Amino acid sequence: MLPNECKGIWTIGEVRNGEINPVSYELLAWGRKLADKLEIELSSIILGNGIKEELTELFHFGADVVYAVDHAKLEHFLPDVHARIYEALVKEYKPEIIIASATTYGRTVMPILAAKLGTGLTADCTELDVDVRERILLQTRPAIGGNVMATIKTPAHRPQMSTVRPRAKKPLTIDNSRNGKIILKSYPPEFYKSKYRWISFEKDESVASPIQESDVIVAGGKGMKDGGNFKMLYDLAKKLNGAVGASRAAVDMGWIPYSHQVGLSGKTLSPRFYMAVGISGAVQHIAGMSSSEVVVAINKDPDAAIFKVSDFGIVGDALEILPVLIKKLSNEVNENG
Amino acid sequence: MKIAVLVKEVPATDKVKMDEKTGTMIRSEMESELNPLDMYAIEEAVRVKEKIGNTHVIAISMGPPQAINSIREAIPMGCDYGYLMSDKYFAGADTLATAYTLSAAIRKLGKFDLIFSGERATDGETGQVGPSVATQLGMPVVTYVSKVEKISDGIVRVCRSVEGGKETVEVELPALLSVVKEINEPRIPNLSGKIASKSKEIPLLTAKDIKVSSDKVGLSGSPTRVVKVFYPKLSRDGKILKVKNVESAVNELIKFMKERGVI
Ligand SMILES: Cc1cc2nc3c(=O)[nH]c(=O)nc-3n(C[C@H](O)[C@H](O)[C@H](O)COP(=O)(O)OP(=O)(O)OC[C@H]3O[C@@H](n4cnc5c(N)ncnc54)[C@H](O)[C@@H]3O)c2cc1C
Ligand SMILES: Cc1cc2nc3c(=O)[nH]c(=O)nc-3n(C[C@H](O)[C@H](O)[C@H](O)COP(=O)(O)OP(=O)(O)OC[C@H]3O[C@@H](n4cnc5c(N)ncnc54)[C@H](O)[C@@H]3O)c2cc1C
Repeated sequence: MLPNECKGIWTIGEVRNGEINPVSYELLAWGRKLADKLEIELSSIILGNGIKEELTELFHFGADVVYAVDHAKLEHFLPDVHARIYEALVKEYKPEIIIASATTYGRTVMPILAAKLGTGLTADCTELDVDVRERILLQTRPAIGGNVMATIKTPAHRPQMSTVRPRAKKPLTIDNSRNGKIILKSYPPEFYKSKYRWISFEKDESVASPIQESDVIVAGGKGMKDGGNFKMLYDLAKKLNGAVGASRAAVDMGWIPYSHQVGLSGKTLSPRFYMAVGISGAVQHIAGMSSSEVVVAINKDPDAAIFKVSDFGIVGDALEILPVLIKKLSNEVNENG
Repeated sequence: MKIAVLVKEVPATDKVKMDEKTGTMIRSEMESELNPLDMYAIEEAVRVKEKIGNTHVIAISMGPPQAINSIREAIPMGCDYGYLMSDKYFAGADTLATAYTLSAAIRKLGKFDLIFSGERATDGETGQVGPSVATQLGMPVVTYVSKVEKISDGIVRVCRSVEGGKETVEVELPALLSVVKEINEPRIPNLSGKIASKSKEIPLLTAKDIKVSSDKVGLSGSPTRVVKVFYPKLSRDGKILKVKNVESAVNELIKFMKERGVI
């Protein structure tokens, strides 16, 4: 599609277990800023089963229009079905920008859709802006293990597509007075034919709060000495409403599952607060956490590299410090109600 | 069965240089290696071959001539053949053009039942090439695969590692699976395999060989453009406290966390 035939910004909402996932609201915060600059409509696209009730929330968080498809076959994520519906929607309504979250969902459905549409897709952005005169999206993302930042644009193809890092932006303050237009779409049965069959989902309690979607991460490394000591990190994470991350060394020791690994060969995160406990700060680890807003480190080696990328550090024995920290935080929480 | 594994040559992880003007990486003066996450894709392909029998695994890469080294690393792990797509026209490709080239190569090399890719390359880090290759070949893709449970009657059943747990799905073959690190423990090839791989013939295929027109590959086939590259400042010059007394150190930490709105 050509630039002059397209208009509007779309955000790809996510539904999990029948509920609109908060990343959908984060996306509206990203999109609102751009839509206001370009003076165009901001839409949220939602596919799911039994989602009609919740749709007005999307207006409260910044959407002007909601495109929704509600169908029993959308209960689970069948990539071909989702991509087919998005493709039909895009061809009918012609948005100029599509933003999704860089979750496992967004990172799967967006490259499929971009390939179908033959357009560009920029991955895992931490910053989006627009050149208002040229009406071009400026997409900035870290690459090569956080060593470089690249600004990327899609000059001649439409829509311009990007995924953005979950948690890098907060949803807008909720405004219950905002309202908008809901466009409910339905598609013929052949749209729901799939090469996939969904079998089951097994919840993993240890990733109940997935690290990619946490504002606060407490991460442990080899300096934790023993898998059992990770319990302290879980306690601390609970106090701070966060999740537990780990270095590769800790994962390799079998102290915590791989899904918690932060770094080059694990997850890349931008939480509001990252605490590295007993982690030396190897480049491959820093690659996964350097864009965190606030970083704190606890390490007994004053020369550990992790201190260079920290806003606050304590040189000392983590196994002595953690119990005191947890206890003091409990008191804080009790005092505050 | 016929299985393809997509492997990428990446700069060795700790030293990388970029040309700030063109936004492309300066590769020549750098050490490079097989993308570490692709070893899991190779290993899984070889495990499927060992289980099913009567199967060939073919490693396919697109890159400059030295990327042949990645294929030479893949072969002793159990791949039967390797092909490198290399042509000056392929340079500067984004993920769409990379996937276009790889899908044309796969078509040219025959009918594959399964294709494996890594979760992401450690340089570009988009994770988009696998899903895009599958789509351009008109086949389904399963991402974040952490286990291949069974393959029978033209269907593969796999587990995916997603937010909050594991999802099990089945998909019709042919299909592309992009695998995560937890799927297996890659084998270390033995020396004789490594030596044999050195003399193995690895054909180089050009745009002409795989019948793609030069305007659909490389920079001219890429919808995206890198317009600016900069180096983020990683160091933070934070306050580092040496513990004399644990209580007071923790008090300072809590004070800091309050100042920054963490608690
Ligand atoms: C291709 C590749 C990919 C990689 N990917 C990743 C990745 O994704 N993530 C990752 O983390 N690593 C990754 N690594 C590994 C990385 O290079 C390091 O080996 C790893 O991060 C080290 O983990 P660590 O800091 O826990 O352990 P160590 O480096 O052993 O550090 C332990 C630290 O704990 C401190 N310590 C010890 N005892 C105590 C105590 N009682 N109290 C406080 N501090 C203490 C020590 O001073 C030390 O600094 C990768 C490596 C390669 C080659
Ligand atoms: C700083 C920077 C940022 C970039 N950002 C983007 C962007 O946002 N969007 C975009 O479209 N392009 C981007 N590119 C271009 C992109 O890096 C290249 O297209 C690259 O060839 C493939 O992408 P990747 O490295 O992200 O691979 P990924 O998609 O992360 O690789 C996933 C898997 O695909 C397979 N694979 C990938 N490349 C090859 C190959 N050449 N040969 C064989 N198998 C392969 C491997 O199995 C690999 O594990 C960027 C490049 C740079 C230098």
